[in-house]
This record gives sequence, C-alpha cells and structure tokens, in this order.
Amino acid sequence: MAPLITLTNVSAGYGRVNVLHDVTLTIDASDFTGVVGPSGAGKTTLLRVLLGLIKPSSGTRTTDPDLRVAYVPQLETVDWNFPVTVFECVLMARTHQRLWPWSSAEERREVAHVLDRLGIGDLAERHIRELSGGQQQRMFLARALLRQPHALLLDEPTSGVDINTRHDVLHLLGDLHAEGMAIVLTTHDLNGMAAHLPRLVCVNGHIVAEGTPKEVIIPSVLEETFGAQLEVLEHLGMPIVVDPAHPARTAN
Amino acid sequence: MDTLLEPLGFAFFQKGLLVAALSGALLGFIGVYIVLRGMSYIGHGLSHAIFGGYAAMQLFAVQFYVLGAGLWGIASAIAITSVARRSRVGADAAIGVVTTASFALGVALFSKFGSSGPSFDNALFGSILGISNTQILWLVVVMIGTGLFVLLRYRELLFTTFDPDVARASGVNVARTEALLMIALSLSILVTLTVIGVTLVAAMLVIPAVIARMLTDSFGRMLALSTVVGLICGITGMYLSYYAGVPSGTMIVLVGAVVFVIVLAVTGARGMHRMAGVNDHAPPKMRMPA
Repeated sequence: MAPLITLTNVSAGYGRVNVLHDVTLTIDASDFTGVVGPSGAGKTTLLRVLLGLIKPSSGTRTTDPDLRVAYVPQLETVDWNFPVTVFECVLMARTHQRLWPWSSAEERREVAHVLDRLGIGDLAERHIRELSGGQQQRMFLARALLRQPHALLLDEPTSGVDINTRHDVLHLLGDLHAEGMAIVLTTHDLNGMAAHLPRLVCVNGHIVAEGTPKEVIIPSVLEETFGAQLEVLEHLGMPIVVDPAHPARTAN
Repeated sequence: MDTLLEPLGFAFFQKGLLVAALSGALLGFIGVYIVLRGMSYIGHGLSHAIFGGYAAMQLFAVQFYVLGAGLWGIASAIAITSVARRSRVGADAAIGVVTTASFALGVALFSKFGSSGPSFDNALFGSILGISNTQILWLVVVMIGTGLFVLLRYRELLFTTFDPDVARASGVNVARTEALLMIALSLSILVTLTVIGVTLVAAMLVIPAVIARMLTDSFGRMLALSTVVGLICGITGMYLSYYAGVPSGTMIVLVGAVVFVIVLAVTGARGMHRMAGVNDHAPPKMRMPA
C-alpha cells in the first residue's frame, strides 16, 4: 500500500529561517509514530509540514490523493474564552457537509455518539472554558474523529494532562490505530511513548534516528537529540530514560 | 412621546434614523468576527484607509467615488490581512504605515481641492444631513450581502475564527474566507461612514460586540445580541444627536460606551471574565512554533 504522506529531502521553517533540514519520512496507514525531541527541535514544524500547513522551502511533500487528515493542536494555542460550547466546537469538523449554520438531526446524533465514546457526552452544552485539560483534549479528539480521518496528527496530546488522562489518551489512540487509523504525535515524554508507541522519530533540526523504542532509545541517539548524556535502563523489556543526577548530589 | 415623534417630522431625520439604525446593526453584526479575531486595530486602520480612497476618488471621478473608495478599502484590507498572516509585529507596523498614510493623503486632498461630497468634519465624525436614497440603497444592499455571506459561510467563518490552522488542515479555504470577510468589512465601513464618521466607525465595530460577549457564552447569541445592541445605539444616538446638536457618530459611540459601562456593572466579574479573551486572541497561524 502506498504511503499516506511522503516527505523527501524536505527543509522547512518560517520566513527565511529553516527549522527542519533535509527530512525524509513516510507515514503509512499502519503507522503509530511518536515524534520526540527537545523544545525548538522542530517537532511542531514537522507536524505542520506533514499537514501541508507549511510549504517546504526545498524538497517535496506528496500525499495519497484521497487522504483525509485530522489535526489536534496544542491546548495552549487555543483561545479557551472563545464563545463556543463543546457541541459547537466538535461540529466544526462538519464544515463542508452542510451549508446551513444549524445542525441536522443526523449531525447531532453523530456528535453525541463520538462524545459518548470519549466519555464526555454529558458535557456537550458546556462552554469550552469549563473543561479540564483532559476533557479539552478529549473534545479535540472528538472533533478529529468526526472527520473519520485516515491519519490523525496530534501536537503534544499528553502535555498538560494528568497521568491518568495521558494513559487514557494513549490507550484511545492505540484503539484507533488498531481500527486502521494512522497516528502521528509529538511529545517530550520519552518514557511514556516507549511504553505505548511502536515507532519513534527523534528530531533535532533533522531526523536523528527512527525505529522501534528499543532501536532509538539508546544513549548515543539521545545525546544527539537532546544534547545531554542520558542513562538508559531496561524495565520489563522496555527502555527507560533516567535523568542524570546533579553532580553535588552524586558526590554526597 | 413628543420627544420621539417631533424629529420624525423632518425628512432628513427619518433618513438619518434609518441609516443610523441599519449602520449600527451592520457594524455590530460584522464586528463580532473582527473582535473575536483580535482585529479591532485592522477595523480602525481600514476606516482611515478608506477615507484616503474616498477623498482621492472624488477628485478623479466624482460620480464613482463610492465604488473607488470601496475598491481602495478592499485592496487595503486584503493587503493588511496578507501581511497579518505572515507576522503579527509586521502587521501592526504595516497597518500603522499604510492606513495613516492613506488617511493623510485624504486630509491633504480635502485641504487642497475641497470636497464635492460630504464636508471634511462630516466625513470624520458623521452627519445625518444630505443622506441620499442611493446611500440608503447601498447600505441595504451591503447589509443583505453581508447577511447572506455569513449565513452561507457560517461554519467556515466560525471555524477559521476559532482555529484557522485546524480549519486549514481540515480542508477549509482559510485565505478565501478571510478575503471575503475583509471585503464585507470594507464595504460595511464604506456604507456607514456617512453617519458614523471615519474616526468612530472602529468604535462601533468593537463596542456592540464586546457588550454582547459580556452577556453570553454562545457564538450565535453573540451575533444576534451585538446586532441588536448596534441597532439600539444607532437609534438612541441619533435622537440624542438631534437634541444635543452634536455629530451623529459621536453620540452613537457615546451611547455605546454608556451601555458598555452599564453591562459591565451588571455582569460584574462574569462579564469581565468573558471579556478577558476578547482582542487578546492571537490566532495560532500568527505564531511561530518550533
């Protein structure tokens, strides 16, 4: 099967400044991929290039002609004071399907169904500001799912949510992947990803390494990606990254 | 009752009242999108840019000056939006330079060659004198056009106002929607300049929308409320303008400001909280994530 999205020798950024250099990457229908790297490494830029929101300054981006993508942005980029309810926000996914502003009975049923699936069916009439971080993330996932996408791209979906919500979100993404949806997400959370994601892409201005967690979570790759010497342990067959202790504490 | 009926005995007041009410409603309606997009400064700049076009076009083709000023305004609006999409800081600077230069050109042309249309003061602060049936017709046409545009593009406008990046990733033509909104805004400013005045149009774009935002958390209700508030400000302002003998635009804006203070006092902390995000919303497309 042809890849959903292919980047070939892509460099991209903002204005004349390239954040990403010479990136070659494919996203297949079977992918469940985490993009990891430090702040400023170009994770969000890579996501935006994959989505077609940023045109490469060099290189090419090709997509499957029938590709339908959905995007879940970082929670911090959203104006949570904007006057919309959860229902109205989720319904935005149906911008093309209907000319009139008001929703059809079919649309109301579909929104209710997807909200129920994400466990926030009772919050449909709430203003979006009244949601917790986890509920906000679920609302955006509901909006994305309503598009019935082939590929779901998420920017830091586990950032700003508690550990239980993070666990729930990653399990939900696992279920969607099992149903045939390609998933790509960015994150700072190396250990969390190693436990849930079969493929990781390490980014630091370029692609440092890609492969299974066992293949990329190794000291040499981590040092090139994060610019720090990190220790890697193994727990139940999974690589675990350990922050180095402060030299003063080590001495004590 | 006599206070309300007496001015209606004058034909100029009847026309003025109609135009003020419709102008208030139109600016209140489209102002919701301007305020929620954090574009109040663009509205302010645009009214000044259109003033330059208004003055220049009177010189070159008197009978077509409204059309010329409209095209001037639309070109300015699209240029501003185009710059705004690239950089927030650059947009502020661009608006400051382009629109004030255009305004200065208008002032220079008015001063040097005079005016075949409204006087300089009337153009700045609004007047109910000499409103023609053609102006009323243009206002009604723009109102119907803007209403139809919002009705038929409601979902796209809402999505692109709330989250332009996700809208674009979802296949919405954000650039086209923004261009159409700018055209509707330019035309709305142009047809309301006569009564409201160049310097005060921006206030009537912002005040009704902010009042409506303090009163509701629903986008649909905000649109309706802002339109009604604009309409009421237009009507009340016109009567006060008649009795106080001050320019109509000035009084309409002052009424809006008084309503704003009353609503702020009544809604208290809740109103303040709702208003907190208004005009503070930097669309994600204008940021530079790493």
